[in-house]
Amino acid sequence: MLNPQTQTPPPTATTSEIAAPHVVEKHAAPQGDLVSMLFVLLLAAFIGLGVIRRVSRLLHTPLMSLTNAIAAIAVVGSIMVAGGEDYSTPIRLLGAIALFASMTNIISGFLITDRMLRMFKTQGGGKA
Amino acid sequence: MSLTLIELAYLGAAALFILSLHWMSDPKTARRGVYAGIAGMIAAVLATWARPDVSAHTDVQRHLWVIIPIALAIWPGIWLSLVPLTAVPQRTALSHAFGGLAAGLVGVAKYFHWLHDEPDMLTPLRMGAIVLEVLLGFLTFTGSLIAAGKLQEVKWVPQRPWTYRGQNIVNICAFGVAVILGTALMFSAKAWWSPWALGVIVVLALNFGWMLVIPIGGADMPTVIAILNAYAGLAAVAMGFVLGNKLLITAGALDGASGLILSIIMCKAMNRSFANVLFGAFGQVQQAKTGAEQKEYKPETTESAAQILEQAASVIIVPGYGMAVAQAQHKVRELYDQLRKRNISVKFAIHPVAGRMPGHMNVLLAECEIPYTDLVEMEEINADMPQCDVCLVLGANDVVNPAARSDKTSPIYGMPIIDADKAKTVFAVKRSKNPGFAGIDNDLYFLDKTWMLFGDAKAVVGELVKHLSGGSGMH
Repeated sequence: MLNPQTQTPPPTATTSEIAAPHVVEKHAAPQGDLVSMLFVLLLAAFIGLGVIRRVSRLLHTPLMSLTNAIAAIAVVGSIMVAGGEDYSTPIRLLGAIALFASMTNIISGFLITDRMLRMFKTQGGGKA
Repeated sequence: MSLTLIELAYLGAAALFILSLHWMSDPKTARRGVYAGIAGMIAAVLATWARPDVSAHTDVQRHLWVIIPIALAIWPGIWLSLVPLTAVPQRTALSHAFGGLAAGLVGVAKYFHWLHDEPDMLTPLRMGAIVLEVLLGFLTFTGSLIAAGKLQEVKWVPQRPWTYRGQNIVNICAFGVAVILGTALMFSAKAWWSPWALGVIVVLALNFGWMLVIPIGGADMPTVIAILNAYAGLAAVAMGFVLGNKLLITAGALDGASGLILSIIMCKAMNRSFANVLFGAFGQVQQAKTGAEQKEYKPETTESAAQILEQAASVIIVPGYGMAVAQAQHKVRELYDQLRKRNISVKFAIHPVAGRMPGHMNVLLAECEIPYTDLVEMEEINADMPQCDVCLVLGANDVVNPAARSDKTSPIYGMPIIDADKAKTVFAVKRSKNPGFAGIDNDLYFLDKTWMLFGDAKAVVGELVKHLSGGSGMH
C-alpha cells in the first residue's frame, strides 16, 4: 500500500482547492513498502539492543545524551517540511519549530557528550 | 543530488550511528563515537537539504525557512551543553521534550499537508503511523517537561508524588478515547471531522504526558527519564514510517533500544517493575513505619575518623546524590589524594541509581578528575567489601540500607544494595538525624561498627582532609 507504484497522480478533480499548480511526484523518493520498513525496524532494534548492552555502565549518562543527539534525526523530516515544495506557510512554520527543536538537540547533545567524555581519565591522567 | 545518492548518504549515516554507539562500549574509544555521530548527522542534514524537493528551486525564501531555524538553534544548543553536571538530568529531560515536540509537529504538519494537497497519501497504514507519531511525540513533550521541572525543582511542579483518587482510571479512559479516535482516523482520514479528531488526539496526548509523570516521585526520576528516552526514540521510528525513511527508523530504534535497556537496568536496581514505577506512586509507602523504637546514633569527631582512615589499608567510598547537593566532589578528590599518598587503596562504590539519571555519579566524580578505573560497580565492589577496612558513606542512604536484604516489611526490600555493613568499620556522613529521601530508617547507622559524622558533606570531608594533611591549612 505504501509502495511507489501507487504514488499519487498529479492533482485532478479529487484534490482540494488549495492544490498548488505544479504538484508532481514530490514523494518520488522510494517510499519503501511496509514490510521492508518493518525489516529495518526489526534489525535496527536488535543491533541497538546488542550494541547498547555492551556500553560500559560508567558511560550511561553520556550514552543518553549521545542517543538524544542521534534521535534528533527527526531533523530530516523537519527540513523536508520547513523547506520542501508546496507547503503552506502555517505548515512550514510547524516544520521550522520542529527544525529548531531538533537542531538544538543535535548541537547540545553532541557537545555535552564530548564535554563529559573528556572528563573520563585513567590513573596517569591519560585521556579517555 | 540524485535520490539514489541521497539514499546512500542516509545509509552511510545509519552505519555511522551504529558505530558511534559501538564505540561507547569503552571510555577509550568513546570520543571517537561522538565524532562518528556528528559525521553521520552532518551527512543526513546535507543529504536532506540536497533533496530535489528542498533545494532544486533557487527560491531564496525557501532556503531561509531552513537556515533561520538552524541559526536560531545554535545559541540555545551551546548554552544547554554548558550546564553544570548536576543539571545534566534536567537537560536530558528537556531534550527529550524537544525531540517529542519535533516528532509531534512534523506529524501534524504532514497530515494537513497531505489532506489538502494529496489526500491519496493518507492510506490507513500511513495514517496509523501519523497517529502514533503524534501521540508519542506530544506525550513525550509534556511528560519530559514535567520531569525536567521536577529535577530542576521548579516551584510549581510538585516534588513529592502527586496523586488523586481514580487517577489510573482517568488515564486509562483518556488513553482509550485516543485509541478509538486513532482507529477511526485510520479508516477515514479525509472526513470533515478528521482534522478535529487529530486535534483531540493532540490535546489528549499533551494531557496524558503530564498526567503520567506528575504522580511519580523524585526518587524514581532516573527510571522515568530512561522511559521517556525510549518514547522519544519510538516517536522518531513512527516518523520514519510516516515519511518512508529508513534512516529515521534506524536511528529511532537505536534510541528506543537505549531507553529500554537503561530503564530495565534502573528498574532492576530498585527492584521495581515498569508498571510499578509508572502507576505505583512510590511515595505512598513512605508513612509505612515511623518511630517504632528510638535508637541512638554514635557520633564521632572528624579528628578520630581521620586517624582511623590513616591506618586503613583499603577504603571504599559510597557516594550518593547528597554529596553532589553539598558540592563536595572536589573535597572528595582532595581526600582521595591524601589517602592515595599514604598508599591506601581507595575505590568508589557506584550504585546504578546513585545520582539522578543512569550513570550520573560517574560523571560527577570524573569531573573532579577521579580516575574512572577507581569507580567500581555495585556487583564488583560487594565482593571486596568484607576485606575493606573503612567504608565511608557519603550522602547515600537507601542504597546502603541492609533492610533491603533482610526486612520483608521494608518498602525497599529486595532492592540490590551496596554491602557497606560488611566492611570492618563504617563512617556515615549525614546532614541531620532525619530519615533520608524515601523516609525509611536505616539500620546501618545503628550497627556497632558504624560511627556517624554529622554535618554538611562538604564541611565534613573538608575537615577530614585538613586533619590528614596535618592541619597545616593546606586548604
